Amino acid sequence: MYVAVKGGEAAIANAHKMLADRRRGDRSVPAITVEQLVEQLALGVDRVMAEASLYAPELAALAVKQARGDMIEAIFLLRAYRTTLPRFGASRPVETGEMIAERRISATYKDLPGGQVLGPTFDYTHRLLDPELAGDGEVPPAPARESEGEPLTRVADILAHEDLIERSAAGPQDEPFPEEPSGDLTREPLEFPMARDLRLQALARGDEGFLLALGYSTQRGYGRTHPFAGEIRMGEVEVEMDVPELGFSVALGAVKVTECQMVNQFAGSAKVPPQFTRGYGLVFGQSERKAMSMALVDRSLRAGELGEDRVAPAQDEEFVISHSDNVQATGFVEHLKLPHYVDFQAELDLVRRMRGEFEEKAKGSDTAKQEAAE
Amino acid sequence: MTVMTGDIATYNFAYLDEQTKRMIRRAILKAIAIPGYQVPFASREMPMPYGWGTGGVQVTASIIGPDDTLKVIDQGADDTTNAVSIRAFFQKVANVAVTTHTRDATIIQTRHRIPEEPLTEGQVLVYQVPIPEPLRFLEPRETETRKMHALEEYGLMHVKLYEDIARHGHIATTYAYPVLVADRYVMDPSPTPKFDNPKMDMSPALQLFGAGREKRIYAIPPYTRVVSLDFEDHPFEIQSFEEPCALCAAEGVYLDEVILDDHGGRMFVCSDTDHCEERLAQGHKGRLAAEDAYAAKEPAQ
Repeated sequence: MYVAVKGGEAAIANAHKMLADRRRGDRSVPAITVEQLVEQLALGVDRVMAEASLYAPELAALAVKQARGDMIEAIFLLRAYRTTLPRFGASRPVETGEMIAERRISATYKDLPGGQVLGPTFDYTHRLLDPELAGDGEVPPAPARESEGEPLTRVADILAHEDLIERSAAGPQDEPFPEEPSGDLTREPLEFPMARDLRLQALARGDEGFLLALGYSTQRGYGRTHPFAGEIRMGEVEVEMDVPELGFSVALGAVKVTECQMVNQFAGSAKVPPQFTRGYGLVFGQSERKAMSMALVDRSLRAGELGEDRVAPAQDEEFVISHSDNVQATGFVEHLKLPHYVDFQAELDLVRRMRGEFEEKAKGSDTAKQEAAE
Repeated sequence: MTVMTGDIATYNFAYLDEQTKRMIRRAILKAIAIPGYQVPFASREMPMPYGWGTGGVQVTASIIGPDDTLKVIDQGADDTTNAVSIRAFFQKVANVAVTTHTRDATIIQTRHRIPEEPLTEGQVLVYQVPIPEPLRFLEPRETETRKMHALEEYGLMHVKLYEDIARHGHIATTYAYPVLVADRYVMDPSPTPKFDNPKMDMSPALQLFGAGREKRIYAIPPYTRVVSLDFEDHPFEIQSFEEPCALCAAEGVYLDEVILDDHGGRMFVCSDTDHCEERLAQGHKGRLAAEDAYAAKEPAQ
């Protein structure tokens, strides 16, 4: 039997052996360890955790190693593992107001209770390659100051005192958290229009590059939202879970998150008085770019709810949410590699037939022209 | 349920946990109850990429039992890479019997083809579906297309087919050709060539369609009327081939065009490899069977 593009099990197995070989690279170079990745490529590990929706630094680092540094492949690996994990229940909403912040800045106030805390940021570094990093030079420990131990008031809460900004759906100053746990689009089928909790979940696990581009587009006039970075904070928050048998909540551990509260101008509408509105971003790990992009896109997607015209891509929920998942996107784009020759055969047949008809018609009109000339 | 134990991880029989299978079975039952209707389901992330058969794999994983015999085809062939990969997956996680013979299979998972041999009662054909919505390329919004299905508003599709005729002289859809199921829902048969459409009509087998990335399941129950959309003066017709299979001399089957050299030399062979091999075993011989075919064969794999 003639089988041109039909590969056997042996071919697949050999391809995978070759992949393993190339992944390891030159054997005289020491293999990279998972600990090294967690410690020294932490932001890459954070991105994998954020977009895989699983907080597990070691597993994310393993995925990065296995994926040879291909981030989307690593995200895919971690998600495929996450999907097999049983669900014990839902945690209580994390209280970012009680975060032990490593970094906290506000662009809307010069100074505020707790102050501006720059923390470990690339901001204001000069992007000059550092030749010393090519080696393994000594790095002095960072200077540290005694923490005042006081939680940092959230900027959005300061504004909320004057009702200058809309209240969040559920916050410490409002009614208690709703009994219903928020939705989970990895367990329930996606349906449009979405509730904001599901939309935020989709954005939180959405592709950083895609959200960055969409957020950027709103700044360039495609659905402008007049944003101010009210506050960005990054640090560890406690995760607690209610245990009905015990009657109180139990701390499960801490996760590092980055939160961004965008404060957006809003002229008000028939229903709502003029006040600032919010765009919200929250992601695992340290990623301001993602948290800020998410906040911009979240605010844009609220166009309908706030009575704004929906004219730009970033305001279009179906467009944004249907295409923000990079594991889905990469799978479907790359599936074009799979054989399609049955369909292609059908198209070949049609094109040949249509070309035949075209040539016949051309011949016919040629004869007609000749006859007319004669 | 049987549990497969590995060194580090434990997976349930057929990979999915029983809760998930129950959820998918409920979606399947609903799909069977409303033939051609796309049922949303909470598609899981699978250990293969979206767009590579995750919907079909989830459907198969939810209906397969230890006594089943599975056949997996892609482009009609049992030995294409993705078919090999999916078959190996189920051998690993469900340890079921597998076959390449259409007749012996209880479940056939397919991408892009329906086997040439007529299916029988009790068999299940599971299709891998990339885009379940037949109206998607006419209306990109899910909120709109769901409304159109609910109102049985299929004028747009007929206009599209009419425009094809006006522009090209005939309907220019050759695969994923839309069908009307049980006189109610317009359905995408997945990207099978329209050659296969008549096989769906009144089939004794149960046909299930799984779209993992788009999170939809739909079904055609056995003995259901499936009509390819057309016009009275432009009736639906299937592809026909001018020559028979070069290996087994079969006629009235779907053929793949195989390029033999760079001077335009080519041969046509059965797309359904099982059907072709069976005919060869029965002694049918095409133009290039035996010696010639072996001359053209690539080095042993």
